[in-house]
Amino acid sequence: MNKKLKVGWFSFSCCEDSTILFMELMNDHYEEWLKLVDFKASRILKAKNDETDLDVAFVEGAIASKKDEKKLKELRKNSKKLVAIGSCAVTGMPSAQRNEFDAEKTKEISFLVERFKLAKKVVPLSKIVKVDASVPGCPMDEKVFLKLFNDLMIEFGVKNA
Amino acid sequence: MHNCDITIENISKTEGHAGLDVKVRKGVVKDVRFKILENKRFYTQAIRGKNFLAAPQLMSRICGTCSIAHLLCCIESIENALEVKESEQTKLLKTLAMNGLMIRDHSLHLYMFSLPDVIGKDSILDFDEKNSFEHELLHDCFSVKGAGNNLTKLIAGRSVHAPFPSVGGFNKLPDPKLFPEMVKELKAQREKVLKLIDIYFKCDFDFSRKTNFVAITNKDYDFRQGNLCSSTGVCVPEGKMEDHLEHVVLPYSQASGYKFEGKEFMVGALSRMNLNKQSLNKETKKDVSKYLKKFPSNNIYDNNLAQAIEVLHCIDSSISILESFEPKPEPKPVITPKKSTGIGVIEAPRGTLFYKVELDEKGIIKKGKVVVPTGQNQINIEKDVAVIVQKNLDETKESIQFEIEKLIRAYDPCMSCAAHFLKINWL
Repeated sequence: MNKKLKVGWFSFSCCEDSTILFMELMNDHYEEWLKLVDFKASRILKAKNDETDLDVAFVEGAIASKKDEKKLKELRKNSKKLVAIGSCAVTGMPSAQRNEFDAEKTKEISFLVERFKLAKKVVPLSKIVKVDASVPGCPMDEKVFLKLFNDLMIEFGVKNA
Repeated sequence: MHNCDITIENISKTEGHAGLDVKVRKGVVKDVRFKILENKRFYTQAIRGKNFLAAPQLMSRICGTCSIAHLLCCIESIENALEVKESEQTKLLKTLAMNGLMIRDHSLHLYMFSLPDVIGKDSILDFDEKNSFEHELLHDCFSVKGAGNNLTKLIAGRSVHAPFPSVGGFNKLPDPKLFPEMVKELKAQREKVLKLIDIYFKCDFDFSRKTNFVAITNKDYDFRQGNLCSSTGVCVPEGKMEDHLEHVVLPYSQASGYKFEGKEFMVGALSRMNLNKQSLNKETKKDVSKYLKKFPSNNIYDNNLAQAIEVLHCIDSSISILESFEPKPEPKPVITPKKSTGIGVIEAPRGTLFYKVELDEKGIIKKGKVVVPTGQNQINIEKDVAVIVQKNLDETKESIQFEIEKLIRAYDPCMSCAAHFLKINWL
């Protein structure tokens, strides 16, 4: 079997719009991707996921809890490259909108923040781990993503330049 | 199993993150907790203080997969508050946008989430290219889903967080020169969808129990207008929905549960088909009469069949509109902000979606309330899981877990929607 790019797709606090867009990009690209990409981990695509030894982790969403922070650090350790996908992962917003709440709104949500052990501030991925590349946009800019995905396939030697 | 605890950390092949805890003692299921694990993003608070014109695009960000439903429902609530009348052309454009959403979103669920359960594979990516049946289904998946995606892109500008629909009409109109090509693409999906309908018709998954089905009903299977009716015979104008809902606090979940008229209930495609199948598109009814006999159905797995039939309805409805429609620029209605309250109710892919907004005299949102389908289905999901675990107690934990996930997937829950804005009043 030819060498494939070992990919994981993950999401944290977000609306998963880029995950949906990724599923839609598959409509036009799945024939090529199924030959060149091993989707080792993608909860939206399969139940049996292997999150270890990834070439690339695509990560959507902002980080809003200690639990998510720990998980993100694990993903970083398990991946050669980590890519921030979409606005929440790249800038924190709009998931980080509660960081900007006034005193009244902050007080209103405080019991929920405590109850679910959420972090005081919602942050983009780069505040927690090294991010190798970013695809901004809400949802992600699909042209930027397609170019990056293609470049990664070439970089990891699964496709010729 | 006499005593056991089953914990599913992260249910796969659904939209968003959810888990489940089941407690079995002395051979009896004692407790089921369907836990929506998405971190709250507090949209109900975030919308406060925003100008009414900015609100729909913000609320669209609640959910990537059904963003069109949030966008249009938020617009409807604001237009009702400000007494903005929708033009006939805008109505048609919104119907097309909703049709595109339903085709794309149902196809994602039917082909990518549920079909692997039917075929006995973990993922659609595992479908065997050398097996002609599986090979065809893999190609059908991306073709049908693609047609829905392209329809919404054509009409609303993008299939996720669509830029064209706004309060008062569409910011940009689609180019009618592109309609014949779209019609051709939609027509090419009919046979594929009929094959999918037949697969779900023949699927022998069964979990039947009586429950109360609730959906918007009308004369043309429209997803946006009509009365809210239940299988117990209650029928109220959609604006009165709130009077019949009871909020139920679920302390372990980052979302809320609901009862309709004091009882657990179900919303979604199965409810719509049970209550309104006679209003489907004529062309659709001609081709699916055999399958429609299954409804009304109490089998939760028929939600998949109902969704598949809805995909065909949306294709036929869109073909019929696009073949005789030429959108033209029209004057936008004059919108005057005023102190007001408005309600929007539409059928999102997973069921009835409710918006209520309160505006001040400058058009600033003072309060927003949103009730999403998955929240309404949550209590039913828990009760059904309890029954399915009880029935399967002699099986292995792995097999019980598979049955639970399969059942939950049939509900097609959307955790992004459910977790991100409901204000919970903890008791």
